[in-house]
Amino acid sequence: MNILTSHSPEARSSSTCLELENVTIRYGRQEAVRNVNMRIPSGKVTAFIGPSGCGKSTVLRSINRLNDLIPGCTLAGRVIFQGHDLYSSQIDPVQVRRRIGMVFQKPNPFPKSIYENIAYGARINGFRGDMDALVEGSLRQAAVWEECKDKLAENGLSLSGGQQQRLCIARAISIAPEVILMDEPCSALDPISTGKIEDLVRSMRGQFTVVIVTHNLQQAYRISDLAGFFNVIPSSDGFSKVGVMEEFGDTSQIFNAPRQDTTRDYVAGRFG
Amino acid sequence: MQSPSNVHSKDDLSVHASRADFDSAPLEYNLLLKHNREGIIYTLLAGLFASSAILPLLLVLGYVIIKGGSLMNLALFTQLPSPPGLSGGGIANAILGTFVVTGIASLIAIPIGVGGGIYIAEYSSSGPFSVFVHYGSNVLAGVPSILCGVFVYLIVVSTRLLFGESFSAVAGGLALAVIMLPTIIKTTDEALKLVENDLRLAAMAVGASKVVTVLRVTLPAAFTPIATGALLGIARAAGETAPLIFTALFAFYWPEGLLRPIATMSVLVFNYSIMPYEAQNQLALAASFLLVMLILLANLLVHQLGRLARG
Amino acid sequence: MAESASPFTQRRRTWKDRALDHGFHWLSVVLASLVGVVLIAILVVVFGGSLEAMVAYGFNFLIRSSWDPINNQYGAFTAIYGTLVSSILALLIAVPLGVGSAVFITEAFLPFGIRKIIGGMVELLAAIPSVVLGLWAIFVMEPTLRPLLSDIHETLGWIPLFSTAPMGPGMAPAVLILVVMLLPIITCISRDTLDQVPVELRFAAYGVGSSRWQSIIKIILPAAISGIAGGVLLALGRAMGETMAVTMIIGNSTNFSFSLLAPGNTIASMLANQFGEADGLQVSALLYAALVLMVLTLLVNLLAEWVVRRLRLHYS
Repeated sequence: MNILTSHSPEARSSSTCLELENVTIRYGRQEAVRNVNMRIPSGKVTAFIGPSGCGKSTVLRSINRLNDLIPGCTLAGRVIFQGHDLYSSQIDPVQVRRRIGMVFQKPNPFPKSIYENIAYGARINGFRGDMDALVEGSLRQAAVWEECKDKLAENGLSLSGGQQQRLCIARAISIAPEVILMDEPCSALDPISTGKIEDLVRSMRGQFTVVIVTHNLQQAYRISDLAGFFNVIPSSDGFSKVGVMEEFGDTSQIFNAPRQDTTRDYVAGRFG
Repeated sequence: MQSPSNVHSKDDLSVHASRADFDSAPLEYNLLLKHNREGIIYTLLAGLFASSAILPLLLVLGYVIIKGGSLMNLALFTQLPSPPGLSGGGIANAILGTFVVTGIASLIAIPIGVGGGIYIAEYSSSGPFSVFVHYGSNVLAGVPSILCGVFVYLIVVSTRLLFGESFSAVAGGLALAVIMLPTIIKTTDEALKLVENDLRLAAMAVGASKVVTVLRVTLPAAFTPIATGALLGIARAAGETAPLIFTALFAFYWPEGLLRPIATMSVLVFNYSIMPYEAQNQLALAASFLLVMLILLANLLVHQLGRLARG
Repeated sequence: MAESASPFTQRRRTWKDRALDHGFHWLSVVLASLVGVVLIAILVVVFGGSLEAMVAYGFNFLIRSSWDPINNQYGAFTAIYGTLVSSILALLIAVPLGVGSAVFITEAFLPFGIRKIIGGMVELLAAIPSVVLGLWAIFVMEPTLRPLLSDIHETLGWIPLFSTAPMGPGMAPAVLILVVMLLPIITCISRDTLDQVPVELRFAAYGVGSSRWQSIIKIILPAAISGIAGGVLLALGRAMGETMAVTMIIGNSTNFSFSLLAPGNTIASMLANQFGEADGLQVSALLYAALVLMVLTLLVNLLAEWVVRRLRLHYS
């Protein structure tokens, strides 16, 4: 297996936030992704791209240990966050998720009021400040304040899909995590909502480390600083398929001067 | 613990929260945190609750299987119950009776229930009649089983409707059928709704009429879930007692026909366990063992059927 | 549908074909309507039979506790009180236990395989005939519990609820056997409801840093509340109508007592005991009580449907 983890000078210059070392994830006995290695810098937007079934969402969920919720899912290798191996037995996954937030593919607000959607997370994280200000600030930053400032008591599910997703982003950033994971956050949304969320992601750069999975190549090109290309290849047993990361580097390099043929074919739209 | 997010968020005015406003804890698991301590207590409590839900099962099953199982002998299956006060005897007539009464109930409830289920799943639109059938089925399922016995007693037994006979195996079967009916309807309806609509459309596309589609295509496709549901319904009915005590009544002798009172295992358990005689109590225990075995067997069979259907 | 008028029909269907189609349709309509017919017939028969007692006693029947077949004086208060108290007390014990068990089974405290086994065992408990539970209650549970109940009477006897010495069958053992009966029902329904809580919502709860129990208590249980509440109400209906296990262990006394340690009565157990041998006004009085039971269970079941509908989680 040929794994390339190239790093541009720019990527190396900023401090490393997350590091994946030889990460292999299995569902039961079935390998989902094999031997992923990468170094995600702080304050940047990193995109995972690749055809469906290549395990990019699985890798993303492994970063905040959300795969723990899936029965039978196991991880080998190391995920290092600020010098801690997140999969060591001393680590509390709850604390991990408080520092590494997540936004999901399908908008999933709590079936509670809009206000409570933000306040719940803050409260369980021991927030000591002004709750109203936090709710307003988070909703403002997620560009959804204007649409829901008059109906904070209404159920979060009463919003439109795009608004729900921005509410979910507000919920994620409200607890001031260091990293925000986004799993195809626009795949269920119309183009206008998608544009708003892309603007939002760009504005988060510097303040948060963002890792975003997307199947939309233009989107990855527009918003990300770095990109990892995942591919799905036949497994060694010949019957099943397994995901691998083929290439990782600056977005401009991945799109304009890919080192791997498969990457070139993929970004040129020849498959996937 | 350092909080590195502050490094780049200090000068950004749109941010209202920084990590400093939140409880900061290291990534390592910390037993002293409130939610972790509470979690352990809750988990212990839930585990205790779960054991309390399982414990009675183990106690009842253990008691019936060990005590009742040790009573198994040939006489039980060949002899009639001994009169109160005398020892020995068997429960042969009650075993036979349970099969007869449950059989009658199945013969009545399964065709009606499957037909009703077909109507709900295949024909009914959202009209008032289908709502009526749907609600009726749910409400009937909630009617206490003793009331089904009272109903059949008043309609069939006290009026001597069946050829001038009063208590009878048929009356008992009717009462059990009323109890089985909602289960069979619900099972059939749910099973048919699981059949892929493409299958129906494919049958229609080659020119099959509705009746042919339902009988030849949809119903066979839903056979396994309907069969399992019916089997569980039958097993359940076999253990029902309340509807039988004043319809099938009880008998100390062999069945004399479908229009005469008949002994069943469930009524035998009731009658004989409240008697002050050891020998009769033992027969009740033996009948309980057989009833529980019957139900275990039905559940195992259903499990196997389900496994077969899944391939 | 005007299939035969369609220009695409190549051959007209024969009248036989269409007759068969119509015949089958109407057959299924008739079979389906039988459910409603039976339901209405039960109501009519029970109501008709109770008319005589209704005329004789009116609503006083519900609040008088004398049940005297010799002088033909009937009041069902003891049985109605017993029905409500036994089922509500049983529910108060069974709901926390059942919901707690369901949480333990669904929320990944145990390896998947063990969870499935426990779930299967609970389902099996739901299938044990109530007459067998009654037998176990008579032979094992009540004799085992009697010393404990005696202790309770001796220490807490000044409370009316424990004012009589336990003599064997009584309200307290009946409540406990009802708990055993209701536990698997509540556990199974709660488990099914919790299983249906979408995984996205679990992700959302854990994703903002909730611990497992914070997620369960604040997010997952509230999302499943409609199904659980519906299940609890269905269980209440079952408890009120439960006959055999209760009849065998409650003592079937028509004398009213506040004490849980004294023998008592429920409508269902009174029917089981007396209906076969009753005649005259007693039959009518029993049917009046049966009507009360029917109305109670009907109300509870309709409430269950309403609750499930009303509180359902609208999750896209």
